[in-house]
Amino acid sequence: MSSPIPVEQIIEKSPQHLQAKPRLRLAPTKGWVSLNFQELKEYRELLFFMTWRDIKVRYKQTVIGALWAIIQPFLTMVVFSLFFGRLAGVPSDNIPYPIFTYAALVPWTFFANGLTNSANSLVSNANLIKKVYFPRLILPVSAIMSGVIDFFLAFVILLAMMLFYGIVPTVNVIWLPAFLLLAVVTSLGVGLWFAAMNVQFRDVRYAIPFLVQFWMFATPVAYPSSMIKNDLLRALYGINPMAGVIEGFRWALLGTETSPGAIIVVSSLAALLMLIGGLYYFKRLEKTFADVV
Amino acid sequence: MSDIAIDLQNIGKQYKIGGERQRYRALRDTLTDIVKTPVRRARNILRGQAYAASDMNETFWALRDVNLQIKDGEVVGIIGRNGAGKSTLLKILSRITEPSEGYADIYGRVGALLEVGTGFHPELTGRENIFLNGAVLGMRRGEILRKFDEIIAFAEVEKFIDTPVKHYSSGMALRLGFSVAAHLEPEILLVDEVLAVGDFAFQKKCLGKMDDVAKSGRTVLLVSHNMAAIANLCTATVLLNRGQLVNYGPTADIIEQYLNMGDVEDEIDEVLRDGRYVEKIECRDHLNNPTQTYRVGDPLVIDVTLKNLDQIASPNLGLLVCNHFGDRLILLSPHVQSELVLSRLDRKTYRVITEPLNLLPGYYTFEISIGSGYETVENFKSLPGFTIEYTDYFNTGKMPMAKQGILAQKATWQIID
Repeated sequence: MSSPIPVEQIIEKSPQHLQAKPRLRLAPTKGWVSLNFQELKEYRELLFFMTWRDIKVRYKQTVIGALWAIIQPFLTMVVFSLFFGRLAGVPSDNIPYPIFTYAALVPWTFFANGLTNSANSLVSNANLIKKVYFPRLILPVSAIMSGVIDFFLAFVILLAMMLFYGIVPTVNVIWLPAFLLLAVVTSLGVGLWFAAMNVQFRDVRYAIPFLVQFWMFATPVAYPSSMIKNDLLRALYGINPMAGVIEGFRWALLGTETSPGAIIVVSSLAALLMLIGGLYYFKRLEKTFADVV
Repeated sequence: MSDIAIDLQNIGKQYKIGGERQRYRALRDTLTDIVKTPVRRARNILRGQAYAASDMNETFWALRDVNLQIKDGEVVGIIGRNGAGKSTLLKILSRITEPSEGYADIYGRVGALLEVGTGFHPELTGRENIFLNGAVLGMRRGEILRKFDEIIAFAEVEKFIDTPVKHYSSGMALRLGFSVAAHLEPEILLVDEVLAVGDFAFQKKCLGKMDDVAKSGRTVLLVSHNMAAIANLCTATVLLNRGQLVNYGPTADIIEQYLNMGDVEDEIDEVLRDGRYVEKIECRDHLNNPTQTYRVGDPLVIDVTLKNLDQIASPNLGLLVCNHFGDRLILLSPHVQSELVLSRLDRKTYRVITEPLNLLPGYYTFEISIGSGYETVENFKSLPGFTIEYTDYFNTGKMPMAKQGILAQKATWQIID
């Protein structure tokens, strides 16, 4: 009992130990690289600031500002209601067509803007990429996160419309955040592929608007997926993850009778696959961004 | 090896010239390639290699076989001509780009300042941009908050802190950008040629700040064409040429080696390439040979070639010899020292020969101005000049130090009472 402090502790607290600096090795990487989420966590403040910047800047120097977030889906809803609802008589799962399509347009607009912005995020921040290091993943992710505000603005109108039509949401509404998450995963999954490709091929910028347009008609925005009578085929429709998102939204909010279980499971799997693939593709090309962009 | 901050082993970086020049190629080209050799091309897209193997022949090494150990707390200058690989080296160390071969070990948190105001958004206010820029450079929110007042005070933009940066003058934006970066506190700081911005007074302030940083015991790597700044701040200097490390040693020796490489003229030429009226400046010794070094008490012989003077009314020339901060010391002008009138013919070389000049040993730069009447039409500052070497000018074996004055003045001393 001569020494009150064990020797190991003294060594632990020696200045040498405190001064030991982390070593970082910079060397060429080959092939597939790890995703390194730890680093993304270290840079979460930058992710926050980039998202905040995108939100702040989005409606600067516009007259009606954030109203644009509402006008886009709302006017599309009006047009769809006239042409598809009235003139073409597209069925709407026994609920009024305007709210039927608007409930789909809110997540769809979020997805479409998120996809477009994330696909262009690397190119529009080329200057940052060439001058500062940070995990490049922050750019497409913040491009999508900043759209969440727009989503909520448009969502308020959806609530107002439900009030107007006297639709009370079912308890299934607790699943809504999960469907929003599914939309995030989908737009990020696809956005990552295109963002990385855009660095090399600027064709992507011009291809995206078409892709978004075609994709919308391939998604049950203006029509219900219940038009497909065969159960198996309908579940397979979920390979388009946005089909799952939209049927989920309708089911949770409007209480459409069709049970979307199968379609949502398929959609979730498809979205997850796209995201994992996108992450690896993005990570693999990440090292070339600064040299090529 | 705990006192090593940066350890470079055989670092090399290869660029594809096609990729640099064409920037990006249309997907169409790649799609036609896909039709020709489907499997390989598809694999190339997935790997992000848009270029066919034949295109890849045109590559060059921006940096090759660089071995270098930098000690903790050392302030190191990196000099060399344009294209020597200076910026590439900083880009590798700051992780913006990967080396193509070799590796670098870095001990400590790195902060890089490759450009002033990176990430500034014109629509955001000064205050908002401080936070954004700080975050981009790797500062934590708490750190920015703590230094916020200091940052605004240094940038001298207190009044406009809530004004969008797009309404700032370019000088104000630069000051704000530098100020944020100057308050970074990494263990290793990489700085690329950012001292060359802003007006003269601010440049001096920046140098002062850099000096503080240098003295605070941090490891600093500083790329600059401004030999004055390098000589002033750096204890050791790296000389790069065409991607190779030429030498690493005490700053004064390396700068001299660089100046004697003969590439200095190329560098002046490179700066003057943008010039409309000044074509060439060249120092010569008393035997009429080009030189970059004089001894204390030598006369200067400087040749200046001017062109296009027929395009301006009453042209005049001012060649200023400046110290390494860029402070003007001597004005040499044909209108002042003589009656000579500049020829307005196509292209003429003028020679100025000074009386024996007794500037103290050190590094000196040129500033050159072309005027039309009272108006300056062209001006170049901090052009590489010459060094003055130590000589036993007083025959006493002693010489004043740079901070003790400007001139080595001969004088007699006696007791009179």
